[in-house]
Amino acid sequence: MTDDRTRGRALITLDRVEKRFGEVAALDGVSAEIMEGEFFSLLGPSGCGKTTLLRLIAGFDEPTRGTIAIDGKPMAGVPANLRPTNMVFQSYAIFPHLDVAQNVAYGLRRLRLGREETARRVTEALGMVDLAGYGKRAAHALSGGQRQRVALARALVMRPRVLLLDEPLSALDKKLREQMQVELRRLQRAVGITFILVTHDQEEALIMSDRIAVMFDGQIAQLASPETLYRRPVNRRVASFIGVMNFFEAQVTGEAAGLIELDVAGLGRIAIPAEQAPGGVNGASVSVGIRPEMLTLLFSESDRAEHEVSGEVVDAVYYGDMTYYDLRLPGAARPATVSMRNTAGRPILRPGERARVGWGRESLILLA
Amino acid sequence: MSGRRGGPGWLRGYAIGYLVFLYAPVFLLPIFAFNDSAIIAFPLRGFTTANFEQLWATEAMHGALANSLKVAVAASVISTLLGICAARASARYEFPGRRPIIGFIMLPLVLPEIIVAVALLVVLVQLGFSLSLWTVVLGHVLICTPFSIAVLSSAFLNMDRSLEEASQDLGEGRVMTFLRVTLPLVAPGIVASLLIGFTISLDEFIIAFFLTGTEPTLPVYIWSQLRFTAKLPGVMALGCMLLLLSLALLGAAEYFRRRSARQTGSTGGYL
Repeated sequence: MTDDRTRGRALITLDRVEKRFGEVAALDGVSAEIMEGEFFSLLGPSGCGKTTLLRLIAGFDEPTRGTIAIDGKPMAGVPANLRPTNMVFQSYAIFPHLDVAQNVAYGLRRLRLGREETARRVTEALGMVDLAGYGKRAAHALSGGQRQRVALARALVMRPRVLLLDEPLSALDKKLREQMQVELRRLQRAVGITFILVTHDQEEALIMSDRIAVMFDGQIAQLASPETLYRRPVNRRVASFIGVMNFFEAQVTGEAAGLIELDVAGLGRIAIPAEQAPGGVNGASVSVGIRPEMLTLLFSESDRAEHEVSGEVVDAVYYGDMTYYDLRLPGAARPATVSMRNTAGRPILRPGERARVGWGRESLILLA
Repeated sequence: MSGRRGGPGWLRGYAIGYLVFLYAPVFLLPIFAFNDSAIIAFPLRGFTTANFEQLWATEAMHGALANSLKVAVAASVISTLLGICAARASARYEFPGRRPIIGFIMLPLVLPEIIVAVALLVVLVQLGFSLSLWTVVLGHVLICTPFSIAVLSSAFLNMDRSLEEASQDLGEGRVMTFLRVTLPLVAPGIVASLLIGFTISLDEFIIAFFLTGTEPTLPVYIWSQLRFTAKLPGVMALGCMLLLLSLALLGAAEYFRRRSARQTGSTGGYL
């Protein structure tokens, strides 16, 4: 497992955390360290256990086995109201009988800060989420994006050690979501609080996180920085979950001097450095993956690439800035997807046309 | 206008006929209450408020009214408290036997009241209880609780569970969470339950008739007066006032129920 952690010290330590609901194991032995001040994401398809893990950290549920420690203190038996965590709920959970300021001040009552200090902190928190002046607004008079900001302010005003975000952007429309991704990232850097985000949106996780834990079936499949996750996924499942990946069947024909020699169906014979097999080599039959943007169409006679092969365009999808081609390569089981930026003077090929595809060996990944 | 939008014409006729059958007798009540005659029949004689004045002077009626109010307040408060516990439990927790238990609590809703009344009478007498207003309260709690649960469980079910979790997450324990979040959000449901319980208890006759001792409630008193023709207009006047009171209470209950529905974000519906 690749674990290129950021500097600093572990704030949350998960040790073989397991959660069973009856016979079903929602979490099956999760161990990880989440660093102080980092933006950490739990990414996975629905049912992978990411929300369950978040609720265990928040204290709404107790693990069946294993331990969770926050700031070195074991959290077993500590209820949600006594943990140094605060949560932004997927439904936002804005109290409908309170106005915006009362919602934000809800948790401050216990701290007995006095009227002025409470008001000052509420104003500060509302300013942080760009809702200055909205204090007297009724909860039901807010838009989706505003509710989300109130939920954020209500959690941040508590100055938690860890802020937990349960799919906070999934209810927003695309434009607003993209804007909030950037804002959340900026906010996290500004306040320096550790954020743990649960999401099923791989793009969102890549944009916002320092590190991402990709989860399948109650286990962490890979924990790494967005870049490592994208460039060096440890297996086919991670590779196809993060972005688009072309897979080719391949045979290992030899290993020598840090190189793995391969015979790839559709791409031919290639030798790649051993570090491009992050999951190791198990057996002779393997998969080779390459991202669509790592494949290049060679439009003119003079265009050259380290390796190239010729194929036929089966489909071309025009996205405005990009065109995605599906190419049939001789010997390959499935058409390969190639993405090309639509720069000036570059033609758009039609289905049926022939094209040369080029790539470099450093862009190939060997996956078990 | 053609019958297209409202369906066939005869269907509208049927609906109007149904409403007339349902409510015409009720409208006769105020008409005869203000009629200046001891006989309940047309033609009307003239307008008078003497029936109401006479009612005002009847001491026995005042006693019966006081009894009814005591019983109605006690029955509605107790059934609402029981309803809060049962509705919250059934809305929040999965436990073995949840459905049958709630089913049995709701049963008095469809059970003939005379059976409930007779059964209660037999049991209470066998156990050696003497009949009093408290035994009436007991019977009324039995028939009011299902209504309380029906109103309150929709209030509890409509409440987003993450609101309570959010409160805990923000540092409040279970008790303060209940007081600061749960209670304010189901409060309209509680008011509605109190009002409905009060209304049901106030005009309930059969159980009150069987279980009351020497102190009659208002419906039992009215029934006893019906034997004397001379008292009929007075009964009409009394019925008239009870009708207005019931309508006001049910209207208030419905108002609070809708307010609760709006606050918890659910769409309305009929009780």
